[in-house]
Amino acid sequence: MAGYPLAEGVLTDQVAAEPIRVGFGRGLLEAGRRDERVVALCADLTDSTQMSRFLDAFPDRFVEVGIAEQNLVTVAAGMARAGMIPFTSSYAAFSPGRNWEQIKTSACLNELPVKVVGSHAGLITGKDGATHQMLEDIALMRVLPGMVVVCPGDSIEAEKATVAIAANDAPSYLRLARDATPVFTTPDSPFELGRAYVLREGSDVTLAGTGALSYELLVCADLLAREGIEAEVIHMPTVKPLDEETLLASATRTGAVVTAEEAQVAGGFGGAVAELLSACQPSRLLRLGVEDRYGESGDPRELLEAFGLTGAGMAQRVRQFLSR
Amino acid sequence: MSRREPLPPGEIQAMAETLRASVMHMLAEARSGHSAGPLGMAEILASLYFGCMKHDPDDPAWEGRDVFMLSNGHTAPILYAALAHAGYFPVEELTSLRQFGSRLQGHPERVSLPGLESTSGPLGEGLSQAAGYAYVLKKLHRNPHRFVYVVMGDGELNEGNVWEAAMFAAKNGLGQLIGIVDRNYIQIDGATESVMPLGDLRAKWEAFGWHVLEVNGHSVTALLDAVQTAQAVVDRPTMILAHTIPGKGVDFMEYDFRWHGKPPSPAERDAWRSAQGLEPAGFDHVAAEKEQ
Repeated sequence: MAGYPLAEGVLTDQVAAEPIRVGFGRGLLEAGRRDERVVALCADLTDSTQMSRFLDAFPDRFVEVGIAEQNLVTVAAGMARAGMIPFTSSYAAFSPGRNWEQIKTSACLNELPVKVVGSHAGLITGKDGATHQMLEDIALMRVLPGMVVVCPGDSIEAEKATVAIAANDAPSYLRLARDATPVFTTPDSPFELGRAYVLREGSDVTLAGTGALSYELLVCADLLAREGIEAEVIHMPTVKPLDEETLLASATRTGAVVTAEEAQVAGGFGGAVAELLSACQPSRLLRLGVEDRYGESGDPRELLEAFGLTGAGMAQRVRQFLSR
Repeated sequence: MSRREPLPPGEIQAMAETLRASVMHMLAEARSGHSAGPLGMAEILASLYFGCMKHDPDDPAWEGRDVFMLSNGHTAPILYAALAHAGYFPVEELTSLRQFGSRLQGHPERVSLPGLESTSGPLGEGLSQAAGYAYVLKKLHRNPHRFVYVVMGDGELNEGNVWEAAMFAAKNGLGQLIGIVDRNYIQIDGATESVMPLGDLRAKWEAFGWHVLEVNGHSVTALLDAVQTAQAVVDRPTMILAHTIPGKGVDFMEYDFRWHGKPPSPAERDAWRSAQGLEPAGFDHVAAEKEQ
């Protein structure tokens, strides 16, 4: 291990699990305590996006806009213009899925610190099916100039990320998953916007993950190690700005990179890494994620298996990749 | 409160004519831009910036100011003309409209020009932004002394975002929010009532819980009266339906939807200016007036 404090029992059945969005709920409350300019806006999903804690603590600073995602982010922009730090939340399928242009014009071009929180993102949304499994959000938000894009790895990190984006002046996107996922970081684990973290050192291949799949990469690396393949695992909660230095340093050592995300690899995190490597450090690259298709209903675990995104599924793909 | 003394109605009307002349000149020089809306909105912008808004061109971020947001951003030339003549930036700069490197972008960019409160262009977002601002003033700052004005086009009311904002503003009783719809009955593809009928707009806004006023949008006194009435309504937002003539003041443009998104040629501008008894081109008359 590389000195990064991982949770106890991280590769055992004892690993704790909690929805990432729950960490956001705690983080928003903390951000609200630290700065009275923090306000929360929700589009009729207060409980499921975990804004209810903030509502209970700061009812005066909570705004319910109803089922109106375009208005959600444009009202937030107006509030930001009047000096507030607004967090908006809905399902990622609707925000940024439905209001991307409003985010571009009203928040980004206006240079306002609107924080777009997309809950229920990715395959981990599960049973609601393809319409509600937002797989394109990383691509949509990453392409906006000035936008910060954060995909926390677990609930503890989501809490820290929420506090961090509140204190940062930029428009930001925070991607959250619905179901419980393993908690692999600890309250003492470092988190800084724009920083990547080496969770495990290795010299044979670089495994770079974002969001909940960084945990699956730890599992993947453990399986590979049993076969004598030493993988370096890098957790990249900030997709934009990408920690290029950490990734390039690792890619230079290993010469082979694998990315993992539960989102479309085209334009997503895998796309970001591909852009970087092709420009700076041409390396063999395998992008794991969703490849030009939509999701479907199913249990989140079932879906990750079907898409080859569990630790075991990824280990198989990495093996093939390295043997070619 | 006001840092700028309001002009009497007669002078505001004269200012509206000056703004129109500037708009014609800017568009012809840019060889690009929208004509009909900006010309029709001259009295509205003149009434706001020279009649009823609290603002300070020497201190655009003055905390006591009222806020103006232009939602139909394609009508930017009339806003730029109003800001320049109010003193936010040199009038001569107006001819840089839509040029590379200009602070006068094709659609308003808040961060590029002093006095702009909002970035706009894509339709339907201004009312929401204004409502968000008014929400902070009313519910968080509890400051009843500042107003938020937003001008929208009528074609813009096709956008669903507008009606999302309409519900939000009414629900929250945003009395400090004063909207003005430039009701000129045209949009790019033709008459509003044929492209997408808006029907009884008064009834629609009232049904959404708004206080509604209807005025002749070319009457400065009617506009000033309407704003005064709106300011006195504190429990709900007001929408002023301002009936205007698209292309107002330019005989070959009036009522013709084909001028919605098209600029006059320099020759058309010069012909119009001489018919108005103005110099053929340039802002020489403005400079001369300033020196007096």
